[in-house]
Amino acid sequence: MRLSIKQPSAAGMALRTAVILLIFVVAFTSLLAAAFLWTRPAIEAAAAEEKMKLIGEVLPRDLYDNDLLKDSRQLAPSAVLGLDEASTAYLARKGGEVTALVFEAVAPDGYSGKIRLLLGVSADGTLLGVRVIQHKETPGLGDYIEPKKDRNKERPWIRQFDGLSLAAVADRDWRVRKDGGRFDSVAGATVTPRAVIKAVHKALQYVAANHRQLFASRAGEEK
Amino acid sequence: MISREEFGQIRANGIWHQNSSLIQLLGLCPLLAVTTNLVNGVMLSLATIIVMAVANVAVASLRNLIPHEIRIPVFILIVAALVTVVDLVFNAKFHELYLVLGIFIPLIVTNCIVLARVEAFANKNPPLQSLVDGVFMGVGMLWTLALLGGLRELIGGGTLFAGIDMVFPGLQPLQLLPADYPGFLLTLLPPGAFILLGCLIAWKNWVEARVAARQTGPGQHPAAPTVLADRV
Repeated sequence: MRLSIKQPSAAGMALRTAVILLIFVVAFTSLLAAAFLWTRPAIEAAAAEEKMKLIGEVLPRDLYDNDLLKDSRQLAPSAVLGLDEASTAYLARKGGEVTALVFEAVAPDGYSGKIRLLLGVSADGTLLGVRVIQHKETPGLGDYIEPKKDRNKERPWIRQFDGLSLAAVADRDWRVRKDGGRFDSVAGATVTPRAVIKAVHKALQYVAANHRQLFASRAGEEK
Repeated sequence: MISREEFGQIRANGIWHQNSSLIQLLGLCPLLAVTTNLVNGVMLSLATIIVMAVANVAVASLRNLIPHEIRIPVFILIVAALVTVVDLVFNAKFHELYLVLGIFIPLIVTNCIVLARVEAFANKNPPLQSLVDGVFMGVGMLWTLALLGGLRELIGGGTLFAGIDMVFPGLQPLQLLPADYPGFLLTLLPPGAFILLGCLIAWKNWVEARVAARQTGPGQHPAAPTVLADRV
C-alpha cells in the first residue's frame, strides 16, 4: 500500500469506500437498465410469437385476418371453465366478422392435478382444436394427451376433438369408450382422458350458454 | 499474454486438480438439484461456463479499482448484474436456446462457484488468464455433472439423454435397461445425488493414489497429495 503523507481519518476512509461502492452500484445498475431496454423489443416479440404459435395449433390460419393478440377480451372467472381467475380470450375475425374464439379451460381432476387446455371454437360451436398447455400427468403413461409425447404420431389422441360440437355428439357420448362414450383412451391411463373430455365438454357448454356475449363483435356489447 | 505452460496449468486445475464439484465442493446446491439426468447437467454447466467466463473477465479488468474492504459486495453486484444481462441477451437473441437453458441461468446467481473463482482467481490475475480459468473451471464442472447426471438417470430410470428432444428436436432418449426396469428412486432424489457424488470423489482419490504410487514405485509410501495448496 502506498503511504500518503497525511494518514486519512477513519471517516474519510469510510466516505471514500462508500463513494466507490456507490459508483459501482450506479455503473452496474445502468448496465442492467441498458440491457433491459435494449433487449425488451426482441423479448416481447419472441413471447408474442410463441403465443401465436400455440394459438395457431388450435386455430387455422385462414379463419382470421386480424391481430389476435390485440383483439382479446377478458373472461370472468368461471367454475364451468374450471378457472378461478379471469382469463383472456382471443377473437378471430375475418373481414370484421367474428369467426372463432380461442380461450383457456382447466380440467381440475387430472390424475395428478390440474390440466390446462387451450381451445379454439368457431362461431357455429364447432371445436377447431384442443391443446394441452400445462399438465403434471405421469410421464410415459398419462402424458399422451400432449401430441409431442403421444406415440401415435399419425393421429395424436388430442386430435379426436377436431370438428366435434355439442350438436354432433350427444351428451352421453362425451366419455371414453370404456365408459360407453365415443373417445379412445390408452389402457391403464383413463383418468387423464376422462378429465380432459369432461373439461372440453363443459367448455363447449360454456360457449353455448354465453354465445351472444362471447361472439359479440364489440367488447362493449357483452356488458 | 499467456504462456503455454500457464494455460496448461490453469486448464489442468480446472478440469482435474481443483475440479469445482469434486475437490472444491462448491455450488453443490443447484448441482445436486438439477443433475437428475445427463442433459440437465450438461445444460447447467454450459450456462455456468458462459457466466463464469464473463464474470471472471469483468472482475479481472476492474480488479485494480476495487478496494479490498468492499470487494465481496462489489463482486456480488458484478456477478448478479452480469447473470441478468446474460439472461436477457439469451432471451432476446437466442430465444430457442433460451427456452432450454433459460431455467438454469437464474440458478447460477446462487452458485457460489462463480463468486469463489472471482475471489480466488480473477481478483489476482489478468483478464486473459481469468477467462481461461472461468472456461476450464466450467469444463471441469461439465464432465462431472454429465457423469453424475448420466449415472443418476441410468440407475434411477434406465434411460440416457432424457429431455434431449428439448435441445435437438427429433432425437429420442436412449432406453438402455429393459423397459420394465422398475427404477431406483433413491438415485433421483437428493440423498442419492450425495451418495453418488461421494462415490465419484472416492474414485478420483483412488485414481490419484494409484498415479502417485506408480510414480514413487512399489513398496514406498506415496507422497502426500498437495492439492490443498490453493483451496478457497
